[in-house]
Amino acid sequence: MERARAILCGIAITSALAVLIVLGSRNLAHFDAALVGYTFATLFATFGIAYRYAMWLQRPPTWRYWVRGWQLFLQPRHLGLNLIQLTRRVGVMFALNAFIWRRSKLRGAAHWLLMWGCVLAAAITFPLVFGWVHFATVPGDLQSYRAFVFGFPTLAFPIHSWIGFIVFHGLVWASFLVIAGVMLAMKRRMTDHGAAALQQFGEDYLPLIALFAISVTGLMLTASYTWMRGYGYDFIAILHAVTVILTLLWLPFGKFFHIFQRPAQLGVSFYKEIGARSERAICRRCDEDFASRMHVEDLIEVEQRLGYRYELTDETVEHYQWICPRCRRTLLAIAQANLWTGVRGGEQLTFDVATTSPQLTMLSQKRSTLSHGD
Amino acid sequence: MFASENREFFIDPGRCIGCQACVHACSECDTHRGHSMIHLEYIDRELTPQTVPVVCMHCDSPTCAEVCPADAIKRTADGVVQTARKPRCIACNNCVLACPFGVPKMKTEFELMMKCDMCYDRTSVGKKPMCATVCPSGALHFGTRSEIESLRQTATPVNQFQFGRQVINTKVHMMAPKARTPAYIDVAAALEEYPTGQDMFLNILTDF
Repeated sequence: MERARAILCGIAITSALAVLIVLGSRNLAHFDAALVGYTFATLFATFGIAYRYAMWLQRPPTWRYWVRGWQLFLQPRHLGLNLIQLTRRVGVMFALNAFIWRRSKLRGAAHWLLMWGCVLAAAITFPLVFGWVHFATVPGDLQSYRAFVFGFPTLAFPIHSWIGFIVFHGLVWASFLVIAGVMLAMKRRMTDHGAAALQQFGEDYLPLIALFAISVTGLMLTASYTWMRGYGYDFIAILHAVTVILTLLWLPFGKFFHIFQRPAQLGVSFYKEIGARSERAICRRCDEDFASRMHVEDLIEVEQRLGYRYELTDETVEHYQWICPRCRRTLLAIAQANLWTGVRGGEQLTFDVATTSPQLTMLSQKRSTLSHGD
Repeated sequence: MFASENREFFIDPGRCIGCQACVHACSECDTHRGHSMIHLEYIDRELTPQTVPVVCMHCDSPTCAEVCPADAIKRTADGVVQTARKPRCIACNNCVLACPFGVPKMKTEFELMMKCDMCYDRTSVGKKPMCATVCPSGALHFGTRSEIESLRQTATPVNQFQFGRQVINTKVHMMAPKARTPAYIDVAAALEEYPTGQDMFLNILTDF
């Protein structure tokens, strides 16, 4: 059933893209037949990505937070603030990659260059391949080009101008960014012992090799027609097409799929923000606030759907999820220590300290029992 | 490839002296350099000097991985539950709240969950995890089954834990008394219990 739904989702989204290609290229009038290989590879990748996304979305935790994220985001009383926060977060998280820079400068620089290189290349390539954007000379002025988007005329600019130079070399600039990013990422993967322990060829090196191959063969095309009178152009064009098409076909299966998963981070940020303002979950052992009540209740539901049975017979606690992480760590030690009572050790020294209740010291000092990591 | 196949992790919180050596050594691990993944908890300082070092127990069926909406936590073929994959983790905190042992740490500034991965950079090439290397009292021990049997003649390792109706099997073992070996350690039952730290046993190290 899950697979059937995912296949249907894949077919629907791929069909929608095919229809948009026909409409956007004005019944294929502006569609470049030489790029048909790219188009079919993109349609396959679209099906694969939609299929995998739909399968992923149907996992109990993913579905719970996807639905909850949208519910919270679209709440009328929070919508205005949410839209402002959305704009800010898209800028800080995605445009600037602030959280990745904080992980390490080298990682941040590599990812930022790779991301913007790929975004720029995709923004240029896909509309051109689909025939959504094309250029035509301005009637009566053979020195100017006009850009058409979905068949509608937009800006015109002189071919031999700095605007023309920048526009027509857009993929060159993108490849510079990507190559610099690949170099930095490779350096990190070759020198960082932690990365070396965890990395896998298919998951970590192959994406970098694929991006490097696309960028270098693309630059070779520019070099061929700019400085070498088209030497080897046909061969390089086929080589470039092979690298791009193979990468597109691999898009749904490998590391690049995180591009489509990552926006879930935005939903999570609203979930956490609204949770922080709403009713709190209080640990049923230490009486400390440790999460939002909504989060704990959602997690109990998800765990039950996954087949976990953390329910307790003790009606005052009900479920182990109502115990905070710090108390769980403490309980582990107490449970183990109790096994050893009367077994370990010889002479017992009992201190006559009057303790009337199991009041935790940190609580009596009005300090949170939760550690920084919680 | 886990190069330490014959060696296992054994924890005995009763031996912990709270020296923090494991905490500091942990932050030397290359996979999370500068960030300690160990929780060293004081049970209740008013009642007891007892401390407990909590590392990842590496569950057979890790709740943290199952509840992860981003599918970011993977268990290797050799049974090590790895830290969240950086490209995937969306910092939702599910794993932190769901882990029955309270292990994962949320690094809000990185939008990333980080947890003990049994020093995979070391154990995957046959070395001991950092914490077990420096623990002076043997609370954290990484070695073969025969080693632990000769070192702890009154104890036996247990790797099943019960939380309500849920039993969790783990790769990491906890030491229980041989004289009273339970099928599993009932963690949730300790909700009714309080630290037993008013009692101090002088010859706790007799089986060292």
